[in-house]
Amino acid sequence: MKLLLTGNEAIARGAWEAGVKFATAYPGTPSTEILENVATYKEIVSEWAPNEKVALEAAAGASIGGVRSLCAMKHVGVNVATDPLFTFAYLGVNAGSVLVTADEPGMHSSQNEQDNRNYARHAKVCMFEPSDSQEAKDMLKEAYAVSEAYDMPVLFRMTTRVCHSKSIVDCSDRVEVMDKPYEKDIRKYCPLPAFARGMQVKLADNFKRLEDYSNNSPFNYIEDNGADIGIIGSGVAYRYAKEVFGKTVSYLKIGFSYPLPMEKIAAFAKGKKTLYIFEENDPIMETEIKAAGIDCIGKEKLPAMGELTPDRVRKALLNEEAQIIEPNPEMVLPRPPALCAGCPHRGVFYELGRRKDLMIFSDIGCYSLGLMPPYNATDAMICMGASISAGHGVQKAFDIKGDHSKKVVSILGDSTFFHSGITSLMDVTYNKSNTLTIILDNRITGMTGHQQNPGTGYDLMGEAAPMIDIEAMVKACGVKNLISIDPNNLTIVEEAIEWGLNIEGPAVIITRWPCVLKKFSAQDNKEFPTAFKMVATVDVEKCIGCKKCLKSGCPALAFDRANKKSGILKETCVGCGVCAQICPKQAINVEVR
Amino acid sequence: METKNIVLVGVGGQGTILAAKLLTTGLMEAGYDVKMSEIHGMSQRGGSVSSLVRYGDDVQSPVIEIGSADIVVAFEKMEGLRSLEYLKPTGKMIVNDTEIFPLSVIIGVTTYPDNILDEINSKVNLRVMSASKMAEELGNPKVMNVILLGSIIKSMGLTDIDWEAIIADNVKAQFKDLNIKALQAGMNAV
Repeated sequence: MKLLLTGNEAIARGAWEAGVKFATAYPGTPSTEILENVATYKEIVSEWAPNEKVALEAAAGASIGGVRSLCAMKHVGVNVATDPLFTFAYLGVNAGSVLVTADEPGMHSSQNEQDNRNYARHAKVCMFEPSDSQEAKDMLKEAYAVSEAYDMPVLFRMTTRVCHSKSIVDCSDRVEVMDKPYEKDIRKYCPLPAFARGMQVKLADNFKRLEDYSNNSPFNYIEDNGADIGIIGSGVAYRYAKEVFGKTVSYLKIGFSYPLPMEKIAAFAKGKKTLYIFEENDPIMETEIKAAGIDCIGKEKLPAMGELTPDRVRKALLNEEAQIIEPNPEMVLPRPPALCAGCPHRGVFYELGRRKDLMIFSDIGCYSLGLMPPYNATDAMICMGASISAGHGVQKAFDIKGDHSKKVVSILGDSTFFHSGITSLMDVTYNKSNTLTIILDNRITGMTGHQQNPGTGYDLMGEAAPMIDIEAMVKACGVKNLISIDPNNLTIVEEAIEWGLNIEGPAVIITRWPCVLKKFSAQDNKEFPTAFKMVATVDVEKCIGCKKCLKSGCPALAFDRANKKSGILKETCVGCGVCAQICPKQAINVEVR
Repeated sequence: METKNIVLVGVGGQGTILAAKLLTTGLMEAGYDVKMSEIHGMSQRGGSVSSLVRYGDDVQSPVIEIGSADIVVAFEKMEGLRSLEYLKPTGKMIVNDTEIFPLSVIIGVTTYPDNILDEINSKVNLRVMSASKMAEELGNPKVMNVILLGSIIKSMGLTDIDWEAIIADNVKAQFKDLNIKALQAGMNAV
């Protein structure tokens, strides 16, 4: 059966075909749809974990327990999961286990462009790199066989273009794999130094055997077109090479990329006048091939940052540029993402943006947009959970310097709080800090497309789940000053911020209002009966055209330049009422839709 | 055959992804090799979105290079202007005569230019479609995307594929007839 699948859908299909029984992930672009699709196969127990470290530990546990497991995350998520990864490599597996890393050459939706092929080398785990959806499915199945034959977890590198591109996949049936019996074996599963030394030797031996596998793997193959120019390529970069050069060069396609098939590479290189290395991001293959004494060309000609798309390849190697039709640049207006009409973050950023006495440390989520106009609120961000802990550090620095001109506000969402904000909040209370933390609880993981989390009351399989209480969690972290508010009421938001800033010691504000794009649960309907059922209209008689409402940054507003009056797009507005509260002339009315 | 390149651009929420899904499904069932690339992420938050569709005998890259699209279909005028560089010199652009203001216009910092169609028309072969208006006339503004799909199918000479069957398999039963009507309206309009 042939299906048109994204790479992420193909991974899910491959997991199902490979007999995987347990899968877990924390959502993150471009990896999110892997678990969403895995969860559609009833034979696989599928979970959202609170963070990537927890996910990988659960997957490692399922492997030890005797069933094939899958774990998926975005590239920076692997940073969170490295602690278990490095030692899981020592333990090895019982049933096969694969960790999918979804890297982001081009940084379409990420804060950095790290190349997680480095982790294969660093953690000493082998790696596959598919270049399209068919390979994603086929290699994933092979990865389980390799994981079990060589007793190690497998790192599986996807990239955005492979994750989010669709191509045709020839599918087959699920193969039920025998569960492995669990047997207590402390020499295998307890890495005390005495045992870990033995594990290291075992791992090295397995890598030695993997060199043979790599040289003979069907996923490392030569396409000999009789040319004296050769290209060694991995991932989608191989596809880009073929797009540009077709049959005019010969190829060595690398699908199993660590350890590299050095014998096959040496044989391929023999007699080639020029050898190019096609790999996105770091010069990893290039460095290892050069270290083996094989002359090749890589990053001195090809870009080391961003994607290796065909147009960039043509420019770099052929000095060719397409003839393009350019629009008048002055007419093209950028269209960056914006907080949605009805977004519960709007009121908070409107109020924060009005103050000049704050240093705002934000976090990873839709609220990253708080740095944009018209709010211009945010000062800094680093990674998941850093708002609270990095904010703590900034406040300590201000205190040490005796600088009281600004106070730190840390801001993050519910899912990010569960991910890694809790430990950071403990840091704040335990170390007697003096920051204000605002937890924007929109009852869902918003930016990645509405995944359930420990606070929503539902799990990935769609079943009811215990709802973790953020308030109780905050109190348990030792916070004495805590209030929960409706973020759509600007007076309350303003007063709450003022209250929090005047407290000596840690304070927490929790805003609780659902994401406008969320599919409401029964609980949401009960708790927020009026949410998004209203609409705002402008009374043009009262509107003086002062444009103050536009400071809300709401995409439902439109200013009529000819008549100098504000207007509201009825089909976009959901009646949150933020603009109506900003209006100094009470010219905006909110009523039931 | 040489690989053909179709670019669909719009604003998050306009239905470009469903249009591209129907298009690629039909192309696959017609026996072509097909690849499609999309950038997700924050697109739901009102940003620009694009779907890049390629088909032929053996498609390698999932992305379309600038200066190489046979057709660019813009669901919104500004997105059409922004995507001009995708077109090859002999390519064709179809633009839905609809404006969606970016935030800078909404907050009054910039003005949405009123001569976008003239600008495009002065540089490439342009066909303007009133797909949003046509969709409203059909009774549901959402089928604007399928009307534009119809215009792609006609422009690329793909009318032999059984699109009604593709629609029947991929949309809810109660919207089947409406979408087929929309598709035909789009095909008849170019």
